[in-house]
Amino acid sequence: MGGLEKKKYERGSATNYITRNRARKKLQLSLPDFRRLCILKGIYPHEPKHKKKVNKGSTAPRTFYLLKDIKFLLHEPIVNKFREYKVFVRKLRKAYGKSEWGTVDRLKDNKPTYKLDHIVKERYPTFIDALRDLDDALSMCFLFSTFPRTGKCHVQTIQLCRRLAVEFLNYVIASRSLRKVFLSIKGIYYQAEVLGQPITWITPYTFAHDHPTDVDYRVMATFTEFYTTLLGFVNFRLYHSLNLVYPPKIDGQADAELKPVEGKEYAMDSESYLEKLSALSASLARVVAPAHEDEVEMDEFPVEGETAEQMDTRKKEQEALEKHKKMFEGLRFFLNREVPREPLAFIIRCFGGQVSWDKSLCIGATYDASDLSITHHIIDRPRLDQQVIGRCYLQPQWVFDSVNAKMCLPVADYFPGVLLPPHLSPFVTEQEGDYVPPEKLKLLALQRGENPGDVRLQAWNEESEEEEEEDEEDDNDKEEEEDEDESEKEEEMKLKKMEEERRKGKKKRVTAGKLRLEDKKRLEQEQQSEEKRLAIMMMKKREKYLYKKIMFGKKRKVREANKLAAKRKAHDTAVKEEKKKSKKARRA
Amino acid sequence: MAAAILGRLRDKPPRRGVTARMRRILPPWQPGTRLLFPIGGDADVATPTCGRPLCSCVLTLVEPPMVVRMHFHQPGGCYYACAVRLGGVTVRAVSCVCAVTNPRSLMPLPAVSATCAHLSPTGKHPTGKSEEEPWDSEEEESEESVYSGLEDSGSDSSEEEEEEEEEGSSGTESPQTQVRLIPLCPSKALEDDSLLKDQEVLLAQNEYEEDSSDEEDIRNTVGNIPMEWYQDFPHIGYNLDGKKIYKPIRTKDELDMFLEKMENPDYWRTVQDKLTGADVRLTDEQVELVQRLQSGHFGDVHFNPYEPAVDFFTHEVMIHPVTNRPADKRSFIPSLLEKEKVSKLVHAIKMGWIKPRKPKDDSPTYYDLWAHEDPNSILGRHKMHVPAPKMKLPGHEESYNPPPEYLLSEEEQLAWEQQEAAERQLSFVPQRFGSLRQVPAYPRFIQERFERCLDLYLCPRQRKMRVNVDPEDLIPKLPKPRDLQPFPTTQALIYRGHSSLVRCLSISPSGQWLVSGSDDGTVRFWEVCTARCMKTLPVGGVVKSIAWNPNPTICLVAIGVEQSVLLVNPCLGDKLLYGATDQLLESYVAPEEERVQPVQWVTASTQEHSRGVRLLIQHSKAVKQVTWHGKGDYLASVVSDNSSMQVLIHQSSKRWSQSPFRRSKGLVQAVLFHPTRPYFFVATQRYVRVYNLLKQELTKKLMTNCKWVSSMAIHPGGDNIICGSYDSKLAWFDLDLSTRPYQLLRHHKRALRSVAFHRRYPLFASGSDDGSVIVCHGMVYNDLLQNPLLVPVKVLKGHVITLDLGVLDVLFHPTQPWIFSSGADGTVRLYT
Repeated sequence: MGGLEKKKYERGSATNYITRNRARKKLQLSLPDFRRLCILKGIYPHEPKHKKKVNKGSTAPRTFYLLKDIKFLLHEPIVNKFREYKVFVRKLRKAYGKSEWGTVDRLKDNKPTYKLDHIVKERYPTFIDALRDLDDALSMCFLFSTFPRTGKCHVQTIQLCRRLAVEFLNYVIASRSLRKVFLSIKGIYYQAEVLGQPITWITPYTFAHDHPTDVDYRVMATFTEFYTTLLGFVNFRLYHSLNLVYPPKIDGQADAELKPVEGKEYAMDSESYLEKLSALSASLARVVAPAHEDEVEMDEFPVEGETAEQMDTRKKEQEALEKHKKMFEGLRFFLNREVPREPLAFIIRCFGGQVSWDKSLCIGATYDASDLSITHHIIDRPRLDQQVIGRCYLQPQWVFDSVNAKMCLPVADYFPGVLLPPHLSPFVTEQEGDYVPPEKLKLLALQRGENPGDVRLQAWNEESEEEEEEDEEDDNDKEEEEDEDESEKEEEMKLKKMEEERRKGKKKRVTAGKLRLEDKKRLEQEQQSEEKRLAIMMMKKREKYLYKKIMFGKKRKVREANKLAAKRKAHDTAVKEEKKKSKKARRA
Repeated sequence: MAAAILGRLRDKPPRRGVTARMRRILPPWQPGTRLLFPIGGDADVATPTCGRPLCSCVLTLVEPPMVVRMHFHQPGGCYYACAVRLGGVTVRAVSCVCAVTNPRSLMPLPAVSATCAHLSPTGKHPTGKSEEEPWDSEEEESEESVYSGLEDSGSDSSEEEEEEEEEGSSGTESPQTQVRLIPLCPSKALEDDSLLKDQEVLLAQNEYEEDSSDEEDIRNTVGNIPMEWYQDFPHIGYNLDGKKIYKPIRTKDELDMFLEKMENPDYWRTVQDKLTGADVRLTDEQVELVQRLQSGHFGDVHFNPYEPAVDFFTHEVMIHPVTNRPADKRSFIPSLLEKEKVSKLVHAIKMGWIKPRKPKDDSPTYYDLWAHEDPNSILGRHKMHVPAPKMKLPGHEESYNPPPEYLLSEEEQLAWEQQEAAERQLSFVPQRFGSLRQVPAYPRFIQERFERCLDLYLCPRQRKMRVNVDPEDLIPKLPKPRDLQPFPTTQALIYRGHSSLVRCLSISPSGQWLVSGSDDGTVRFWEVCTARCMKTLPVGGVVKSIAWNPNPTICLVAIGVEQSVLLVNPCLGDKLLYGATDQLLESYVAPEEERVQPVQWVTASTQEHSRGVRLLIQHSKAVKQVTWHGKGDYLASVVSDNSSMQVLIHQSSKRWSQSPFRRSKGLVQAVLFHPTRPYFFVATQRYVRVYNLLKQELTKKLMTNCKWVSSMAIHPGGDNIICGSYDSKLAWFDLDLSTRPYQLLRHHKRALRSVAFHRRYPLFASGSDDGSVIVCHGMVYNDLLQNPLLVPVKVLKGHVITLDLGVLDVLFHPTQPWIFSSGADGTVRLYT
């Protein structure tokens, strides 16, 4: 016993948390500044375990920050910069009001600026940490780089975003680290593997934005401010890891090729340089001139506790990866002008292909449409009148599907004007019991190296089999329950009949007894399931709740999968019938 | 015309007076004629260029209405301006050149200015009177002419022409006239006659041209206004009489215009006069002039802008200053104003208000930030750091061309639309596009990014452990039922005969006979092995409870019917045995003194006796339950009453009853004797009370944790009790352990009606309204430290649920692992 007794909310969890308003007052910041600070420093509210305790008995909805976080913010140099900036704005306004232009100039010269380097370092102590958190940064930069140069935010920001995005794309091309691409209705998803970290980002389709009114662009701009800093540093490091020059320079040899023939097409060299970079058609200059195409033999270190099989699989995976990286090598693509140039050029170059486009479309075209060495012509219109013999005319989906399949797919399904096969998401890995679309099965078969002709049949068979299996599985549970009831009921019915017969005084007839085949397996199963049911009865209440929840989830999954399968079946039958009808109509 | 031009030059309408004066000296239109007329301060157009008041002006007419050249004479040189009028358009080119004129020709200039001396504001110049006179005299005339209109002006011009001629002829001697009469175009030298003729011819040729000329301006009195004001009117102004001047009728549409453009070779040199609206065809010379002006040359072909310069003043430096004024004092004193300003700045610098310009930061924006990265440097706050979860990766349904099963059907889409945005499983409607070019922009792209931003900085984060349990692991590992055999597994026999629900069952201690009581008012005795109904005893009321005497030497069944308990000898089995029972009952000798009893003991009548009833214990209220003590002498009955007389204990041999409790502790549901020790269990709605009959005190009160106890059974060992309750729970009490249930089993889905223990095997069973009987293995160990093991082993079904009731009573066979159950469907079933 000693010391003063503390009051109710002066100890425990109530002292670990602080509400937003109190935090703001403690930091002496306005709400927008506080918000900016939180965004830049990556401070987020915490949900206390016992909200009522933390909220001092009140149940009003409040956001709580950790007191430690807020104390940590107190020592942030940026806070002072915010205050300085506020003063600067006040002075500037005053000078404008008094028309003291000299003062205005002087103030503008001494405009307070701040850097976010230390925050980046603090939030991401190691480079891998930064890479892990790069998804949002990339998506945001790619979005901002598509904004119009007027209005919503500063032009410099947009230009910077564009520059950083292009730099990153160039890095991905140089390192060949792109793994998956996906054309969704929202935009194009890319997934690259950088230093073993999967980085996923989305770019919108290149259309003008219909700027929504319910979006606070200041918040987005603050995020972008941080993200650009982060991305810049990451780019720097990534470029240096590949011995590339940063800021990127186009390889001298390629540079000469890229010089616009007409000469004065671009007003400024700097402008055209970014455009040349963003054309993604030239390789980048290296700090150390690379010995051409020397394959680095990876030394093998047997990991302890790894069996030979595991080693083999690892090796195979490595080989597959190498093969995937060089998928388009030796192929020459030409993009028609209606095809989205940047994504396709990026993807093709990432896998070693050569790509060009119409000279008038963009800078950086390396060869003409009439070039005879073109192997693949990407086109997105129903038909082309003049076709050059010796090249495949394909729809853009072929490129995406091939990348996801890790092999060049057969081209027949992708000719212009053809009804395309569905485009599947590469991010879905089906677990057992999940619904697998038949196209995916086909693809898997193809990857295994089976003949596509057979595959189709097989896929069909598999499908039907699987469906049946699934059906069985679903019914199993019910059946199990029902079976017993049924058997009992049957017996009862028999007994009843016999009794009735007896009552009616019918002559006892001797009927040939049927040999009742006892399915041992089935019996065993039944027994097991009964045992299980009995055991479930003995579960504790809490465990039973959890168990039921898990089982509910599982059943829902199964139900959804079944629904999809049924839908597919219905669709396929409908299509078949239509085909038949059309055939009949044709005959008639 | 000159006045008009001059007016244009000044960008304001000419003042009438001036016009008149100028008109006075206008010569007849002669190309190349140089005019000199004073303008004084009026011609301020040139003022900004030369900066000094003008003295005189020389106009040279190249072509009558078109071009005017003006020389503005200055003391410093000759300033030169030129204006051209083409049709309605005034092309103006004012340029100032310090033209070097002949020093000789300079001399007479003062004389020229003398002519206008009286007009110039300075009026310093000595005047040549002779020239002044005609000026004045003609001024009046000119004014008249202005008012008289067009006809007069024509005459005026002719007069002036003559005057000019006179001047020309007379001025050959004087230097002034020399200057004036320098012929500008040698080809068109002053040959008066030919010129006159030309003029006449011109007039005769094209009267309209004359109309469109300068005269028009005089007739059209709209003034110097933008003519497009009259664009929508049929007229373009008013003449001096105030009448409208109509535009020349134009009926040309675009086709006509085009045709004209094609056909008319002079189209390119046709201009519209804005003031009159008429088309004017430019002459060759005019065109030439325009071209010259356009190319930045002088309008006059013969003008030489590079004439040798002549100094006005001497270029030699004089030793004396021009003025003798002493220097001001202020030129010696430093400026106070400047001093003030400087001191302010100095003060501001001193106070730190003005800072020196920061040196530009040269450090690169991006560098290797992680050059010295320390993998262990995790900040203190990062202990609590929860990294933001990544965004969900898209599935097949987000594809622009998904497999058809992922598209929503119409109903699904409708459901999607009606759902709240937060409830939706998908935030978008899957769509299918035939090709990539048809894919539009996603309208909610920015919003989604923004929402992600909000999530990142506004969403409270909490680490939630995901339950990653294999559901199979949750199932407790119990011994397999197969290892716990024997227990009843299959339905063996059905005892039919009752026409209503069978409420109660009891079995003889030998296990040969079964007795059942039903709502149809009968009690039936069955042979267990054959399911044969041996005897039917109508009792004339609903049989609530039935109990076979557990003493194997006594063959007696207690039956609770309405308000009485019947003691019946079933007369089954060994004759000696049931005969002995009868003898036992008959050997009763009534005590001498009648004792007050809560019930009445009545011997059965002969008729009843023949059916087997031996004794009747008549209660005041309906009997709910009867139960025997293990020795078979005592029997307890429960009356549905609220008083303290709910429980009664009877001694059959002495026909003696007593009420053990003084006070009621609630509605008694069931009572039970301990099989071996003198304990008595009383189950009220929520509690089971254990009384020591010897000490006559309450030893224990068991909390059942149930809402309403329905039945109770005791383990043959006597240390464990099970209670069934209407809220479908079964509570197992270990009396040594605690007063709370050792385990609460919720196996049944509906209310439990009865529970039972097997006398020999470690089995217990419960029957419920859901029509099932659950048999459990309930092993009680002798070791006190080991808890009983409860394992459900079998769910027995068979009874049909009628009137929402399923199984009403369960009973184990005393020796075999068999179980009987009676149900609301009027059957008794045996499971073996």
